[in-house]
Amino acid sequence: MAKNNNTVLNSRVPDGSLEEKWENHKFSMKLVNPNNKRKFDVIVVGTGLAGASAAASLGELGYKVKAFTFHDSPRRAHSIAAQGGINAAKNYKNDGDSVYRLFYDTIKGGDYRSREANVHRLAEVSTNIIDQATAQGVPFAREYGGLLDNRSFGGAQVSRTFYARGQTGQQLLLGAYSAMMRQVSAGSVELHTRSELLDVVTKDGRACGIVTRDLLSGEVVAHSAHAVVLATGGYGNVYFLSTNAMMSNVTAAWRAHRRGAFFANPCYTQIHPTCIPASDDFQSKLTLMSESLRNDGRIWVPKAFDDSRVAHEIPENERDYYLETKYPAFGNLVPRDVASRNAKNVVDQGHGVGPLKNGVYLDFSAAIQRDGHSAISAKYGNLFDMYESITGENPYEAPMRIYPAIHYTMGGVWVDYNLMTTIPGLYAIGEANFSDHGANRLGASALMQGLADGYFVLPYTIGDGLADQLGQPAVPTDDPVFTNAVQGIEDETSKWLSINGTRSVDYFHRELGRLVWDHIGMSRNKEGLEKAKSEIAALKEEFFSDVRVLGSADTLNLSLEKAGRVSDFFELAELMAQDALEREESCGGHFREEHQTSEGEAQRDDENFTHVAAWEWKEQNVLQTRHVEELEFENVTLTQRSYK
Amino acid sequence: MSETITVNLKIWRQEGPNTKGSFEKYTQQITTEASFLEMIDLLNEELNNQGLEPVAIESDCREGICGTCGVMINGQAHGPRKATTTCQLHMREFSDGDEIVIEPFRAVSFPVIRDLVVDRSPFDQIIESGGYISVNTGAASDANLTPVPKEAADQAFDAAACIGCGACVAACPNSAAQLFTSAKLAHMASLPQGQAERWKRTESMVGTMEEFFGSCTNHGECHEACPKEINLDFIAFMNRDYMKAKVKNRALSGQR
Amino acid sequence: MTQTTTERYRVKPIRQSRREWPFPLNLYQTAVGRKWVMALTGIGLLGFVLIHMIGNLHVYEGPAKMHEYAESLRNLGSGILPRSLILWLLRLGLMVMFALHLHSAITLKEMSRKSSLNASFQGGEKKYEGGREYIAANYASRTMRWTGPIIALFLFYHLADLTWGWWLGDDFVPGDPYHNLYSSLSRIPVAIFYVVANMALAWHIFHGAWSMFQSLGINNPKYNHLRKGFAASFAGLILLGNLSFPIMTQANLIDEDERLCQVNDLASNDEILACLTKQLEDH
Repeated sequence: MAKNNNTVLNSRVPDGSLEEKWENHKFSMKLVNPNNKRKFDVIVVGTGLAGASAAASLGELGYKVKAFTFHDSPRRAHSIAAQGGINAAKNYKNDGDSVYRLFYDTIKGGDYRSREANVHRLAEVSTNIIDQATAQGVPFAREYGGLLDNRSFGGAQVSRTFYARGQTGQQLLLGAYSAMMRQVSAGSVELHTRSELLDVVTKDGRACGIVTRDLLSGEVVAHSAHAVVLATGGYGNVYFLSTNAMMSNVTAAWRAHRRGAFFANPCYTQIHPTCIPASDDFQSKLTLMSESLRNDGRIWVPKAFDDSRVAHEIPENERDYYLETKYPAFGNLVPRDVASRNAKNVVDQGHGVGPLKNGVYLDFSAAIQRDGHSAISAKYGNLFDMYESITGENPYEAPMRIYPAIHYTMGGVWVDYNLMTTIPGLYAIGEANFSDHGANRLGASALMQGLADGYFVLPYTIGDGLADQLGQPAVPTDDPVFTNAVQGIEDETSKWLSINGTRSVDYFHRELGRLVWDHIGMSRNKEGLEKAKSEIAALKEEFFSDVRVLGSADTLNLSLEKAGRVSDFFELAELMAQDALEREESCGGHFREEHQTSEGEAQRDDENFTHVAAWEWKEQNVLQTRHVEELEFENVTLTQRSYK
Repeated sequence: MSETITVNLKIWRQEGPNTKGSFEKYTQQITTEASFLEMIDLLNEELNNQGLEPVAIESDCREGICGTCGVMINGQAHGPRKATTTCQLHMREFSDGDEIVIEPFRAVSFPVIRDLVVDRSPFDQIIESGGYISVNTGAASDANLTPVPKEAADQAFDAAACIGCGACVAACPNSAAQLFTSAKLAHMASLPQGQAERWKRTESMVGTMEEFFGSCTNHGECHEACPKEINLDFIAFMNRDYMKAKVKNRALSGQR
Repeated sequence: MTQTTTERYRVKPIRQSRREWPFPLNLYQTAVGRKWVMALTGIGLLGFVLIHMIGNLHVYEGPAKMHEYAESLRNLGSGILPRSLILWLLRLGLMVMFALHLHSAITLKEMSRKSSLNASFQGGEKKYEGGREYIAANYASRTMRWTGPIIALFLFYHLADLTWGWWLGDDFVPGDPYHNLYSSLSRIPVAIFYVVANMALAWHIFHGAWSMFQSLGINNPKYNHLRKGFAASFAGLILLGNLSFPIMTQANLIDEDERLCQVNDLASNDEILACLTKQLEDH
């Protein structure tokens, strides 16, 4: 393969002005005749927002879709846990929102590390998503007049976020899930539950299918298709403690990466500022509290170090409302990365609160005094209840304790404008691709992107890639490419069971998470990253020789499933460290301590790093090749973010 | 404040769908700050270290929203705390020396897969039989074209809050799935968007439900077990709609 | 419906839906429809129980009024239709309702049993090792399938005893309900059986009269709170009325010291009435 960057990574951004690109592209793409669509098999892996919406839309178009999920039901995907809302440039509030403003905010929020054309397309289709979801019966919040309500969210200056109480993700996912189940009923989508993708199969450089393991019977099965779509989510669980669901993993994306799909910007991970701090050493995951809480809550820590008084005993003048003092314009509503880093700073300095001194206060007493108990309870009741059920503390009486946690990963499989990876015929959508959020994602944009890809982008662009394949039968599953892949997975499975070491998979995962959080977490530096690289490699060695996986391969075996996932996390973590090391700048969620302004803000290096870093897999324990896709900004001027 | 307690666990172990199972006893030390599932995690880690197979138990989001987790804890679906999923249950609900019996959700249509894991796919089949509003991608009109009274939208949401965990079936002495089915039906029937298919949907979803589950005797146990506190009123709503669906002249149903 | 999901992940239905019967019989094919039948027949039976209880209060007015009441039932619509026709139609209606109520109850229970059968791997009933602390289900709702049979048994006894006179022997006087009632209820075991059975009936009504609103979908947050109250007062009323008969008999408030008229031997209704009235005056 040529090493020249421009030929390796062709983003296929269409010509024309920003506003015309998507329209032009839709016209210039090749179409598949309706009668021919049924001749194409499309595999969709993952049934979250992106996967379910894609499977439903492709099924409606007439493709023969096979949808895969490793859950017991498609409705379990982690999209369901998104609380806050979904952005759309509807401008229902008449506050000056527009497609261009949403585009601009997303580019700026992403710290100028995303592709202009993709982001503009995202903003364009955002309005269709709301229409589609409403028609599906998603019960968005409404005003008394019966029209949709909006709120401002996560630092946006306009109210463009649609929401369904604190369960927007759940409602949108159930909408997409029901649309997909309709296609299952119609026979156009074949649903495979409890099937985990373990390999992507290519023939002559083109994706031709996947290999899955049936999680109940252990059977390793090959599935062939004309196109494969990965909608398998992000890799936040590499940190062990994150707000991701227990089973979320990078395996599908990573196995595709190992088969030749470039992995872009792995170091871009997002920290969510309002999570409930860990309460003990064997905490299994962290729970996110919607960011909307910051609209009414005030964040503070005691001014004194190691203050052990309970919150209400600390007088007003001994409290440090650090965000309000530091950023008078935005106050508690500064973007996620800024809020998170500041929380880390105050806790690191010894101002932390709570039994483990690992949090900051989010105080509602002023809001309750101003708006009344009932108004606050109407807005945040379910969140307060959730907080109380987890911590046993009542947030109406004592302030909440919050701390940042890993929440979303902007990096992922590299895709072009058509959402196709560097393997022809292999697509990645939703959080699984590196996509539209640049180095940092705006609040309420994840749902938007997942659904945009699934409903309104992929169904068009996949046709362009399939049109040439007309008349070509799918590669049969008895082809050597499949049988070899199946054999490889069977070998891998038996390898896990035969190591018979001394420690559980979870132990290694937890240790790995600790390393990644300490060195590739909220702020990174050269020394730490070098250290992370060597320690991760050492732990990986230990993992491969000392892990203990019990049971057999032919029944439900949760630790066996996890062993494969954790091994992929190890490889990913190494790449994250490398990527973070080579990106000698701070941008968005990637904060290098060496690169900060005198005020401690992220300092970009636009001259050298206005690009996407996409990594090409070589082989195990060999440094991957870093390819570069230059980002060109024709419409916005790059400015240093300032939330003062 | 946190303290360490010792609990005596009695856990259902069953190797596969077709093998007989039995209860095994374990003791576990745990801080009261830990969640119930973290207690099981810890037990599993210790079992693994001893060379014993860990207890199979499902969970995913651990935020009480995905509906993956769910076991019977001392005879209560999702344990003793009201409106709480298994994953949100914390050990502070228990005291030192407590015996905790943990067993899978039981119903013929929820066959045990292994240990505490059951197959709840009949719920998907109920949805598949009509739990959707037929609108192809791209065919939707502007979202604000159809105003929906706030009360109707709120009720639709209350019904749509169901997480499909199956606690209602597990808690029901009849293994009936009325609460699950009626919640989905009420969600869609409360909205103007759901009217076109309302009667057809009601008939086919109830039909599928009855292929798998028992008959409701209005005990109300489902509502008590429901982590989202889905209201019994939806069951009444479904019963009414079902009869209407059977009687209505569909050709004139636009004139409701 | 096409079933395209890979077969191995589909739990098989316990029962297949059968070919649909013509309307309205198809309603009875489904469990929800059958619950409607149960609720509607339940309402009919509630009406009967209430009217029966109120009618029987005539016993406190003495044998003559009681007889008059019994006669008026037989004479319903007798101006146009043959005597007792309406009464028999009502009886027929009651029997059909009762049969339907019973049949739907048994079949629905069977359906639930099949859905929970062996679910415990301990055989039989759905049971949880951890015990089952019912939170919402009350004693009445869980004992419907016990109070039901008790009531059915009682009904049979009641008919055999007071309508067909199987066990009263010579004491049984067709056409003189006051006398029959007294003769039957003055025996202590019978009185106790009546008390027990009517308590079961009240329990049954306590759940049933609430449950029927749910089954029929009569539900509105504005008046839902009244439903439990209605069920409780209805059950209480029936209990109070029906228990009064055995208790009052035992307390000798219903008695017939010197009874003279043999209803069977007297030719006309007027004669019977005259006799009974005289008796009352004498007493």
